[in-house]
Amino acid sequence: MTTHDITLTVNGTAHDLTVESRTLLVHALRDDLGHTGTNVGCETSMCGACTVLVDDEAVKSCTLLAAACDGSEVQTVESLVDGGELHPLQEAFAQEHGLQCGFCTPGMLMTSLDLLAHDPDPSREEIREALEGNLCRCTGYQNIVNAVERAAQTMRAATDGGDRGGD
Amino acid sequence: MSSTPEFIDAHEAQRLRGSPVRRREDRPLLTGDAQYTDDISREDLLHLAFTRSHHAHARVEAIDTSAAEAMEGVVAVYTAADVAASGVTGEVPPVWLLPELKTPPYPMLARERVRFQGQPVAAVVAERRYLAADAADAIDVTYEKLDAVTSPGAATTEGAPQLHEEAPNNVAAEWEIGDREDTDAAFDRADHTVELDLVNQRLLPTAMEPRAVLAEYNASTEKATVHMSTQCPHLHRRFFCEMLDFPEHRMRVVAPDVGGGFGSKDSAHPDEALTIWAALQLERPVKWVATRTEGYASTGHGRGHETHAEMALSDDGDILAIRVHTDGDLGGYVSTFGALNPTWGYAPMLPGQYAMEAMHCTVTEAFTNAVPTEPYRGAGRPEASYVIERLVHLAAKEVGMDPADLRRRNYIPSDEFPYETTAGYLYDSGDYEKPLDRALELVGYDDLRARQAELRAEGRYLGIGISSYVESCGYGPSEIVGQIGGQLGLWETGVVRFHPSGKVTVFCGTSGHGQGHQTTYAQIVADELGVDFDDVDVVEGDTDEVPMGMGTYGSRSVTVGGAAVLTSARKAVEKARQIAAHQLEVATEDLEFESGEFSVTGAPDRAIHIQEVARQAYLAHDLPEGLEPGLEEESFYDPENLVYPFGVHVVVVEVDADTGELSFEKYVAVDDCGEQINPKIVEGQVHGAIAQGLGQGRFEGVVYDESGNLVTGSMQDYAVPKAHQLPHFETDHTVTPCPHNPLGVKGVGEAGTIAAPQAVVNAVCDALSPLGVDHIDMPVTDEAVWQAMNRAAATDGGAE
Repeated sequence: MTTHDITLTVNGTAHDLTVESRTLLVHALRDDLGHTGTNVGCETSMCGACTVLVDDEAVKSCTLLAAACDGSEVQTVESLVDGGELHPLQEAFAQEHGLQCGFCTPGMLMTSLDLLAHDPDPSREEIREALEGNLCRCTGYQNIVNAVERAAQTMRAATDGGDRGGD
Repeated sequence: MSSTPEFIDAHEAQRLRGSPVRRREDRPLLTGDAQYTDDISREDLLHLAFTRSHHAHARVEAIDTSAAEAMEGVVAVYTAADVAASGVTGEVPPVWLLPELKTPPYPMLARERVRFQGQPVAAVVAERRYLAADAADAIDVTYEKLDAVTSPGAATTEGAPQLHEEAPNNVAAEWEIGDREDTDAAFDRADHTVELDLVNQRLLPTAMEPRAVLAEYNASTEKATVHMSTQCPHLHRRFFCEMLDFPEHRMRVVAPDVGGGFGSKDSAHPDEALTIWAALQLERPVKWVATRTEGYASTGHGRGHETHAEMALSDDGDILAIRVHTDGDLGGYVSTFGALNPTWGYAPMLPGQYAMEAMHCTVTEAFTNAVPTEPYRGAGRPEASYVIERLVHLAAKEVGMDPADLRRRNYIPSDEFPYETTAGYLYDSGDYEKPLDRALELVGYDDLRARQAELRAEGRYLGIGISSYVESCGYGPSEIVGQIGGQLGLWETGVVRFHPSGKVTVFCGTSGHGQGHQTTYAQIVADELGVDFDDVDVVEGDTDEVPMGMGTYGSRSVTVGGAAVLTSARKAVEKARQIAAHQLEVATEDLEFESGEFSVTGAPDRAIHIQEVARQAYLAHDLPEGLEPGLEEESFYDPENLVYPFGVHVVVVEVDADTGELSFEKYVAVDDCGEQINPKIVEGQVHGAIAQGLGQGRFEGVVYDESGNLVTGSMQDYAVPKAHQLPHFETDHTVTPCPHNPLGVKGVGEAGTIAAPQAVVNAVCDALSPLGVDHIDMPVTDEAVWQAMNRAAATDGGAE
């Protein structure tokens, strides 16, 4: 089995690791590096539970080879808490009941993070479109849409006001 | 505008019960700290993978494991012969038995024959995850392929492929309920009858976390520990111990974080049991995690009915009787709860919300070459509600009444509860017109009907679909469960343990997986004890910590588990009262208890808080004579009756006249689950259930081809609804407390799943009524609509 020595920078920390050619990024993150926040739900790129940011872009880590990410910056759900404080997206998901079992939630958060980075003021319709690659079986999505909308407001207020904002 | 509760922090609530207290379980789920089964690792962990049958029906002639065994890092390869050599039967136990039900063995690994595609045939245990999968692929199984049948109706007809020698014509059981003669008499004198053939399609539950097991065995202590994605750890322990002949008191089953269940994680499965068996054989930790495709081919499917249904009516629109025959699909084997769904889970609810003279239903449970069916959110009630609500839709058209009026005319009147239905169930309480009124108001019914007429004149098809439902949930009491075939009691345990510090731990035998039990139970108990919400912790899902339990399914957690923890809290207050009275030197009846404080009537300064009583109870220096130290109470709550939540959902759709494309305009849900403990959590349950109901109505359906290949074998092929495919849900509620439940609660987790499918089908049929379309089987995809429109145009030229 061919192996590759690669470097992945995950949540700001560089890791050298040896992976098989076929090792999926999600398994490198979970099994080799212990970042189990990212979940595997479908292995076909459909459910989005495994979504992480690779070089600031939301991607599905269950169909991406780890070797192809050599030298990349990877951001997982574990990076979102800042100094013990929840990220505005996490706070909004909790406040809007945007999660039940929580299995899809890391992927939802990372996709939403990417969305808001590119569009700080999306419409509800645009939020629904942006989340079409992330399946949730518990919430019916409505409260997830509410959460992303709320987080967008909070984050815009923080940007405008120069602080982290609040309600 | 309907009500949308906002979460509040617990300290903002005047009273915890009834308040939308923010969920305490969210933080680890949001930060990635949650531990689902596959997140747990062990130093010397082994991975297990299965070789599963490619065929729906075949004789297993030979299994060549040599290539797999030769692979470096493969620790063991197992077939049915190894299981037999170990001396265990390893057969999945059916725990819902009907009279004369045929229960051919459902083994952990296939023996001489496979009966559905995806049935496990062999297993490999290896040092690494990918290697186990490689080795499972390297096992060469020689099959003699046999003809397959995947329709329950076709399975029981002459000449169908035969699955089990024990079950001639693939009939597992014939079953009936109601009164045939009275029903026939009502039909004989009816002014109108309507009839309908329908399919309630198989569904894939699709919990986002696939099933997973991590099993360990410690040879020194002779104890097994199993972490698994389960809805009912105690039941699973019982099932596995029975299958593996393992002593129940030495197996611990733990549900860590569980990524959804929807019924698919309450049955015992061959692959789960085999993983535990392998760990016992190898005395090393063994983990198996289903891939999605593997899960779709082996986790129980839901629904699966082929039904003929009839309704008899008077000229005035009175429902006289219904007559139903259904072929219920069990799949290749009888699963743990498989026999329940098409019989007791279904047929008694066929009368729905309506008073009628008689009903009669016959059920044929059939074996087919498909994955065994199991409970799936609603488990029988959605299938029943679908039948009655489709009949009512047709009946309204037949007698020329508005469908809302026909429903109202036939509802069981609110002053007739408790009401014994013609199927023999005793509906506890109900006020069916209230949610109807509210739903029609919210949707703007009269205006919609006017707009519908205007649009029709323009060649546009607007449809309004009404769905009234009543469901039975919170199954019990245990004696009745036994009488109708259940090989289990359906009580629940609750333990309330004060610590010497006055803090409280609550243990419950239910096992939440997204429903917010940590929050809900803490609300119930903190209120009852008069202690701070943050002083109450909740433990579930661990057979070593929770004394006994039955688990979470069938909307039983708050109705049965909540009642159990409430009962224990009340017992704790009564014991504390004895200690308080002793220490305050008054009689117990002279003490008042409010907000955690015992005070002497008429002398409120003489008081002691229950948390101080707890300290005294453990100090045990000054207790009433004969009273045991400590402050901990346990109860086994056995419900008096089922609970019967109800409601009305209305959906508005528009169908594109050219393409059949269907768009949702509005969805209104008014549910009555009695008292609500946490309205925000209730709303979340309603939303999620509607989404799954709309999934069935609009998108989802298991497809097998003629050879029994599972065509919808991955998420690429099976249409779980996405965010942009669902409408905005407008929700509201009425409150009709359950009279026999100490919290006044009824279940809510399945309501939307029960209500939504027929709302969609009724709406589409309403939209297309000018074309004479009376019925479209689910899922009502755009293509299905388009085909129905074209069929209608071809048969009668379109417009009436």
